[in-house]
Amino acid sequence: MTDWPLLSITTFLPLLGAAFILSIRGEAEVVARNARNVALLTSVATFLVSLLVWANFNSGTADFQMVDQARWLPGFDISYKMGVDGISLFFVLLSTFLTPLCILSAWVAVQKRVKEYMISFLILETMMVGMFCALDLILFYVFFEAVLIPMFIIIGVWGGPRRVYAAFKFFLYTLLGSVLMLLAILAIYFDAHTTDIQVLIAHPFPVAMQTWLWLAFFASFAVKVPMWPVHTWLPDAHVEAPTAGSVILAGVLLKMGGYGFLRFSLPMFPVASHDFAPLVFTLSIVAVIYTSLVALVQQDMKKLIAYSSVAHMGFVTIGVFTVQVQGIEGAIFQMLSHGVVSAALFLCVGVVYDRMHTREIARYGGLASKMPAYALIFMVFTMASVGLPGTSGFIGEFLVLMGAFQTNSWVALLAATGLILGPAYMLYLYRRVIFGKLVREDLKSILDLSGREIAVFAPLVVVVIWMGVYPVSFLEPMHASVAKLINDYQLAQTAADTASVAVR
Amino acid sequence: MYTAVVFLPLFAAIIAGLFGRKIGDKGAQIITCGAVGLSALLSIPIFIEVVLNGHPASFQLLNWFSSGNVEDAWALRFDTLTAVMLIVVNWVSFMVHVYSIGYMHHDPSVPRFQAYLSLFTFAMLMLVTSDNLVQLFFGWEGVGLASYLLIGFWYEKPSACAAAIKAFVVNRVGDFGFALGIFSVFVLFGSVNFDPIFAAAPAKASTVIHVFGMDANAITVCCLLLFVGAMGKSAQLGLHTWLPDAMEGPTPVSALIHAATMVTAGVFMVARMSPLFEYSQTALNVVTVVGGLTALFAATVGCVQNDIKRIIAYSTCSQLGYMFFAIGVSAYQAGIFHLFTHAFFKALLFLGAGSVIHAMSDEQDIRRMGGIWKRIPLTCVLMYIGSIALAGIPPFAGYWSKDTILEAAWGAGTPFGQFAYALGVAAAFLTAFYSWRLLILTFHGRPRADEHVMAHVHESPAVMTVPLMVLAAGAIFSGYVGHEDFIGEGMGRFWSKSILLIDGHEALHNAHHVPTTISLLPTIVAVSGIALAYVMYMFAPALPRWLAKRFHGIYRFLLNKWYFDELYDFLFVKPAFWLGNGLWKGGDGAVIDACGPDGLAAVTRDLARRASALQSGYLYHYAFAMLIGVAAFVTWYIVKAG
Repeated sequence: MTDWPLLSITTFLPLLGAAFILSIRGEAEVVARNARNVALLTSVATFLVSLLVWANFNSGTADFQMVDQARWLPGFDISYKMGVDGISLFFVLLSTFLTPLCILSAWVAVQKRVKEYMISFLILETMMVGMFCALDLILFYVFFEAVLIPMFIIIGVWGGPRRVYAAFKFFLYTLLGSVLMLLAILAIYFDAHTTDIQVLIAHPFPVAMQTWLWLAFFASFAVKVPMWPVHTWLPDAHVEAPTAGSVILAGVLLKMGGYGFLRFSLPMFPVASHDFAPLVFTLSIVAVIYTSLVALVQQDMKKLIAYSSVAHMGFVTIGVFTVQVQGIEGAIFQMLSHGVVSAALFLCVGVVYDRMHTREIARYGGLASKMPAYALIFMVFTMASVGLPGTSGFIGEFLVLMGAFQTNSWVALLAATGLILGPAYMLYLYRRVIFGKLVREDLKSILDLSGREIAVFAPLVVVVIWMGVYPVSFLEPMHASVAKLINDYQLAQTAADTASVAVR
Repeated sequence: MYTAVVFLPLFAAIIAGLFGRKIGDKGAQIITCGAVGLSALLSIPIFIEVVLNGHPASFQLLNWFSSGNVEDAWALRFDTLTAVMLIVVNWVSFMVHVYSIGYMHHDPSVPRFQAYLSLFTFAMLMLVTSDNLVQLFFGWEGVGLASYLLIGFWYEKPSACAAAIKAFVVNRVGDFGFALGIFSVFVLFGSVNFDPIFAAAPAKASTVIHVFGMDANAITVCCLLLFVGAMGKSAQLGLHTWLPDAMEGPTPVSALIHAATMVTAGVFMVARMSPLFEYSQTALNVVTVVGGLTALFAATVGCVQNDIKRIIAYSTCSQLGYMFFAIGVSAYQAGIFHLFTHAFFKALLFLGAGSVIHAMSDEQDIRRMGGIWKRIPLTCVLMYIGSIALAGIPPFAGYWSKDTILEAAWGAGTPFGQFAYALGVAAAFLTAFYSWRLLILTFHGRPRADEHVMAHVHESPAVMTVPLMVLAAGAIFSGYVGHEDFIGEGMGRFWSKSILLIDGHEALHNAHHVPTTISLLPTIVAVSGIALAYVMYMFAPALPRWLAKRFHGIYRFLLNKWYFDELYDFLFVKPAFWLGNGLWKGGDGAVIDACGPDGLAAVTRDLARRASALQSGYLYHYAFAMLIGVAAFVTWYIVKAG
């Protein structure tokens, strides 16, 4: 079993499904039905294969595992190389876990161009998984950029009224960062003469060069996270994207930035990372406080959750740059948790949007009396979002703050204000939508969750509680890789210090 | 048995919560009352085994998380402190569960209510049995969630929703301190588990850490941060604003959560951390001062409120202040003893108030009550028992614990202790006064409700009065029965190792040897408080109104609860919304977007328009442009060459 190229199968299985859907011909009705079925089957199969990846993963080692390698451009020493370690493993699983739920959630909501919609999602899945598995810089870049294409199409075709504006804003921001990253990749190639990530991690870049490379990568990753002040594409993109688009956007695409910091910035440019940490802390703290306050006054549910995402991702960037075990593991955990919880919250918005076709908070109120099951599920995810112990949100925030406190107590203090602001905006949202008296005529006949919707939410609830009560399953595989990352980082710092002393 | 006592209520909450519609009201009531009742019964053998036989126990259930050198497990710890809390929590909770059957029988969502109550009980049990700070925090936030859900139980009422959010957010302010406290403990001790922390505490007594830009005694920093958490949960001065509003919840909730159990979690936590607090005199002094101020502050406000539940709520706040300053002078045992007796008589008062409200067709304003003692004599007697116990009249329960606290405060022999003693005696006077004000206005005098309401006044059913009688028994006897073990001769054996006192902290020991005047004073002021209430509300009913008019400013100040809500609204709530709006429209819209993507797009479009304007299609335009170009090049070339 282990000698199967599991990662390549996980990556390209959805593409196979997409090709299959492409070949479906016939009446519109039949095509739509078949497209849905094939997409769901393919994505579930992909998820099952990715579970095998987890089952075969060896937590004892920090090395990349299940490596597949093939010659691609041998003349330039660029190859097709895939592998996972403790840092990337769960991002792969997150992607494969969310995709079937997205497809299921769009079962009824999407009625136009169903075939193309399903194809876009399957391609998107391939690109996401490929990006998290890629062990070659060029390959990574290809996936990293290619992810944007289906996402751009999903927003632009199935989005809301201002979808074109949102899609362009999304594209402008991300493209600017990407161009700089491409330049940095060229510079790396000319310095190290390879694009193999495993080799690059061990390659010592000159200190002066690190600064520039770090900044170029930062430009790209900061937009993806998104960090303040390059976050304004996110609320617009979320508001205009269809539900499933928001789910993937919040659930997986935002993690590309955090993953990038962990995979490239920290190990390849440790000295620059150290120097720029205060900058990252400042931007992250501003993000936590600023976006939480902005979230408090939103009138659109999706915008509110989008702003809360920026605040939650602020914790992630703090955690990554503490370079403490708790900080980094907390940051990874926070990303996974946010991936599940914000995805679930967007699905919650989708449920009422499908019924009422509005996301305006003031149009709702008193849903608890007609939709008790929905109220319960929304409450679970609200609590997970505010980091109640026993849910996934707590472990991530707690570990990040613990790591931050050891690095700089001010950072922890200021970031911890998120603990107060988080419940303020989330409970305020919950109160306005779920609580209160149900007075609007059109809400009086609103239906509670259907069986299909419960099937979408049930796995998410299970995962949120599982991650909160027994996070060991998720933290265990991280330990070795994170320890190695920190160890290498510290060695590089010591080396840099001795070098600078020698110069003096 | 040990595990069952904690998890039975969770099990009941899940069944009643998820399958409430299938099993119906009856089913939900049976399952939740049954489970909590069983827990209550089981807590007795546990108490015997742990306390009387002296066998503390602890169990590890499951790993929770580990990261680097943080390791944490789900674990249960049973020592004297826990066993006492188990008795309090389980029995009061059981009584409230049973009482709710009667109190909530008109309500359409009984299963939901019972499920929340059981969920609360589970979280509270996790809190008191936890073996480490993080699990304590789990229970701590869990009770916060249950409290939020129960305050907002009648979610159609806007005031209930607002109160629920307020409770959660204000508690989060405290938890913010608590969380930072856990981090500093971890930095100091490298662990979050109690045993290693307590073992290492003496060695770290004078360690200094650099935190928040200053060097400070490490243990003091930890203790003060943890105490911020305790202040939030136990509604101490500054973070108390949520507690009176929490009375929006159904009355059984007020009795269980906002009187007997959850609000005492802060007291419990500080007592649990006694091996840490003992090494920081500064932190103990802060605890004393905050406790003393709260005791007096809340009592002053309680004297002028008109909502029967709010009066009792301020009374709770005030009594929590007593518990804290007891702890502040290192009389932890007295603080916990007061927690224990207070749980019975305060739950009794709240449930009694519930019985009054039930009888008065949901009227809560004591100005519209009066003259109903003949109609509901049993409730009236029970309320009197609760009030006597609260006022500290011997030999009722409150006397034993409250007097000891005051004596210990005096016996501490420090300025802080005497300060607390003075405030505590003043508060005792006010306590007796507002309790009798409540009793007289509610039960005696001329009826002030309309005839329709008066016609419906009736005694509550047995399912409500029996729990009241059980609690009344506690309010009468628990002080006398417990004082030997909790604070008397048997103290050392009883508490065993669950509370640590370092040498020199002998307030409780000295309490037994204070001058007679000092120990009699609280009882004397209590009796005078009662007398004053009789004078003002029975014999000279015009007096209160005259006083309110004469001292209008003070009256308004007290009636508006020292304007804390207005102050916080002005300082935090309004600015948060104002800033949020400003940052959104101004920051995101006018600055970032205008300079970023929108600006870029506008500039591009602008340039494109100009560029397109150049392409006019007229030959002479192009020829002219070429000529200009040639002329420019030639000029440049000449200048360069020359």
